[in-house]
Amino acid sequence: MRTRLGDFSSLSEPLLPVPLLSQSSVDERIDAIIAPLTRVVENLILFPMPIPGSDAQVPFVVLWLVVAALIFTVYFRLINLRGLAHGFRLVRGDHDDPRAAGEVTHFQALATALSGTVGLGNIAGVAIAVSVGGPGAVVWMILAGFLGMSSKFVECTLGVKYRLVHADGSVSGGPMWYLQRGLADRGPVLAGLGKVCAVVFAVFCIGGSFGGANMFQSNQSYQQVLAVTGGADSWFADKGWLFGLILAFFVALVIIGGIRSIARVTSKIVPVMAAVYVSAGLVVIGVHIDQVPAAFSLMFSSALGVNSVAGGALGVLAIGFQRAAFSSEAGIGSAAIAHSAVQTDEPVSEGLVALYEPFIDTIVVCTITALVIIMSGAYTAGGEMGGVELTSQAFSSVISWFPYLLAVAVILFAYSTMLAWAYYGQKCFAFLFGDSRAVANLYKALFLMFVVLGASLQLGAVIGFSDAMILAMAFPNLLGIYFLLPTVRRELDRYWAKVKAGTLPNFRDR
Amino acid sequence: MSELYLVGFDASDCARRAVDEAARLGARASARILLCYVIPWSPFTFSTAEENAQRHRRREEELDRATSRILAPELQRLESSRLECGITARHGHPARTLVQLAREHEAAMIVIGANGDTPLMTRILGGTASALTQISPCPVLVVP
Repeated sequence: MRTRLGDFSSLSEPLLPVPLLSQSSVDERIDAIIAPLTRVVENLILFPMPIPGSDAQVPFVVLWLVVAALIFTVYFRLINLRGLAHGFRLVRGDHDDPRAAGEVTHFQALATALSGTVGLGNIAGVAIAVSVGGPGAVVWMILAGFLGMSSKFVECTLGVKYRLVHADGSVSGGPMWYLQRGLADRGPVLAGLGKVCAVVFAVFCIGGSFGGANMFQSNQSYQQVLAVTGGADSWFADKGWLFGLILAFFVALVIIGGIRSIARVTSKIVPVMAAVYVSAGLVVIGVHIDQVPAAFSLMFSSALGVNSVAGGALGVLAIGFQRAAFSSEAGIGSAAIAHSAVQTDEPVSEGLVALYEPFIDTIVVCTITALVIIMSGAYTAGGEMGGVELTSQAFSSVISWFPYLLAVAVILFAYSTMLAWAYYGQKCFAFLFGDSRAVANLYKALFLMFVVLGASLQLGAVIGFSDAMILAMAFPNLLGIYFLLPTVRRELDRYWAKVKAGTLPNFRDR
Repeated sequence: MSELYLVGFDASDCARRAVDEAARLGARASARILLCYVIPWSPFTFSTAEENAQRHRRREEELDRATSRILAPELQRLESSRLECGITARHGHPARTLVQLAREHEAAMIVIGANGDTPLMTRILGGTASALTQISPCPVLVVP
């Protein structure tokens, strides 16, 4: 995940403590001008709904995401459970035709999508969930991640089914294409709706790619560098703009310079970092192995509202669902852009592979983080701590040097998230304004500008606003998907019949 | 139908000697010859979204280049032998892909140069020739 929730002070905290360092008067003035406007938009999108019987609130968009995920899970008869085994065989390459060797494999599509999703959410999001909602929130987070797998399945199936193969052989796919092309098949009224949904989606996606996936990431990596290099005494303390420029330079190397080696190195380092993070988590859990049953029973008992911190069982549920939505991006539509480049004649096959995205991101990695935080007891000790700092402290109780590694991981995750979203945003920009070099360059220039802005300004309101933009992508995306569900169902039934009959070509035995 | 000799070719001198040897033996047995170039590739690498979107086009380019720049000149050189010759390029793990091709074409023998493109790569990856001798479904002729 990449985002922090906008302006729900009761539910959200910044992922990192934001020191009041470069609060220049210019920043404040910009903030003051923009704030009222962004708050209106933010409240529209994140419209907080009170939960009856408690004083907790849940943003409407979170309900929208969870309800959709639940509907998909029921409509596709627990595809998130029954598709896992076959999905694994697809990732392993059992059904990859050797004559198509050299094309994008299921594994590669999944790995690419994951490197855009695994990030701050797994490190900081869980910490926030635990510190605000108590250990019980993790149970709901896992449940929401499980339901979210169905959303990913639908998105990525559609992404492949309605992708566009250009004359030069390159591929474009994602919600803007399946909303437009998919709904166009279903009569003039829905065609109009599809077009509107596609355009609205593209606008939100561009907004999100400048904000939550860019300024926010840049801002958080700057804070992380500050924290490691000595806080307010750091040499970087009042040089946010410089950090922003350096970061923008590295982003530019890839997105403008087209230096593939850097992109390739990043795409290799991120999975390695994720593996290191997971192993470190397992080490910490291993040291406290005797406490695992207690930690689980604490999680489940507080999930139902016993000893919970915020607003009874429903309040805990709201926090868990919310963090899962941010972490896995299921229903947001972004991952479908990355998944649609896969080589396959069966759209459903990529949907089944995509099940693993929320599974790894939200269920495996988040559970490990949660166990580490709960078992170390760090969440009860630090009153004001939340986000990365809390996770960092929890790990350092066993592995003392881990905070440094975590700082590097945060920056790399942020970097890879920025690169992934620069691509998503560029695709949406091209969808709106045409696929030309000038348009692409304009987008890239804007993107880089926001990298610098993100690190040098403390614009809470703007960041909150652009976070809302990422979540808002779920409105046009899921609205359109509801009308496309029968199509996915037909595809799935046809494919599943093949799997059951064993007529799907299998190349593993050869 | 006559026998087929499959020759792993990578444009190195050693591979050229392998081709010559295959042609010499092929002339005696009136066998057919298939020149194969394997573009090293793995299904389990990590790539960016941009690369993935361009992948199909790049794959075609890579196959074109392998066929026109590497395999075609060698095929021309073989013309004088008057043997029935074919060429094919494919992505994958060199040894395993050659085995796959040998199975697909029911090759009678695989002919391969003892050294690959660079000695360093041979040292690290263990060499295609030595891997082939262990996993090939048919006899392997390693040409020094």
